[in-house]
Amino acid sequence: MTNTWISILIMWLVTLAIRVLPVTLIRKPIKNQFLRSFLYYVPYVTLAVMTFPAILSVTDNPAAGLLALIAGIIMAWLGADMFLVAGALCGIVLVISLLL
Amino acid sequence: MIKKKTQAYQFRPSVFLAGMRDGVPIGLGYLAVAFALGIAAKKAGLTAGQGFIASVLCSASAGEFAGFTLIREGAPYIIMALTTLVINARYLLMSFSLSQRFSPDTPLIHRFFVGSYITDEIFGITIAQKGYVNPWYSYGAILVAVPLWGIGTAAGIVAGSLLPASVVAALGVMLYGMFLCIFIPPARKDRSILLLIVICFGASFAASVLPYIRKLSSGNRTLVLTVLISAAAALIAPRKEEEAHD
Repeated sequence: MTNTWISILIMWLVTLAIRVLPVTLIRKPIKNQFLRSFLYYVPYVTLAVMTFPAILSVTDNPAAGLLALIAGIIMAWLGADMFLVAGALCGIVLVISLLL
Repeated sequence: MIKKKTQAYQFRPSVFLAGMRDGVPIGLGYLAVAFALGIAAKKAGLTAGQGFIASVLCSASAGEFAGFTLIREGAPYIIMALTTLVINARYLLMSFSLSQRFSPDTPLIHRFFVGSYITDEIFGITIAQKGYVNPWYSYGAILVAVPLWGIGTAAGIVAGSLLPASVVAALGVMLYGMFLCIFIPPARKDRSILLLIVICFGASFAASVLPYIRKLSSGNRTLVLTVLISAAAALIAPRKEEEAHD
């Protein structure tokens, strides 16, 4: 069993290192094209992987999650504000769970 | 000789207050999303105090979400370190970019403190300043937004046990709404990102049903898929210099 405080400490130290090392030590842009490209793609990949299919299991009914996903993609595609999207998805899941 | 030169990093009340003002809408949004994050933290067994401290220290939505999932799964510390490294890798890119925006004479301490609170939103408003970055503007925004992120997380942990399960599940979906808003708009502008996301959805779904692979914890699957898909994308479709700047 792992200790929660130690896990939080590791999470913090790694996050901090990532954020402060380049800005404090390295003052030149990254030249390596592979590394630049890799770092460019990582946020999209990691967020997409974490979103699907996990969003289907937010409730016992996968259809609620699927509807929220579709609505969220459409709203985000159309450029809706992040917090409006978050609220709308919350409403969709709530309404579906109350209806069924 | 006589006139003292104004430094780009000098404290000016108007700059600090402007930062605080711009931190308000960011902080209110954080409050709502952190609430959903708190629900994930609650599932991992964190107390409200632990959630508040984790959020105020880390202030990273996807990173904390993945971290809490790992705590829930009892993942080893090395996996926690690697996952945090990969999931927060975008901050590395932002930190490089930020390093170019301080005046050369800015003391290291300011670079450290502004750097330590790079989030998508705070980075965004910090580099939107004209000319050199004044750290006091960022401090103003951080001072408003980050405590709200922590309070939201703690509130999610507390309320997560008071509210009915259906409401908790509905609130939990907000975090995915925030994720969608980060990766869908760029997919609209750039076909290669759209294709990448479709591949990610497919691969992530496959990994959740395929024998052996599905036995991996979701945290480990995220880590492996992120490294493999991002590396493949970087090899197949390398970014040109000017594209990789945002």
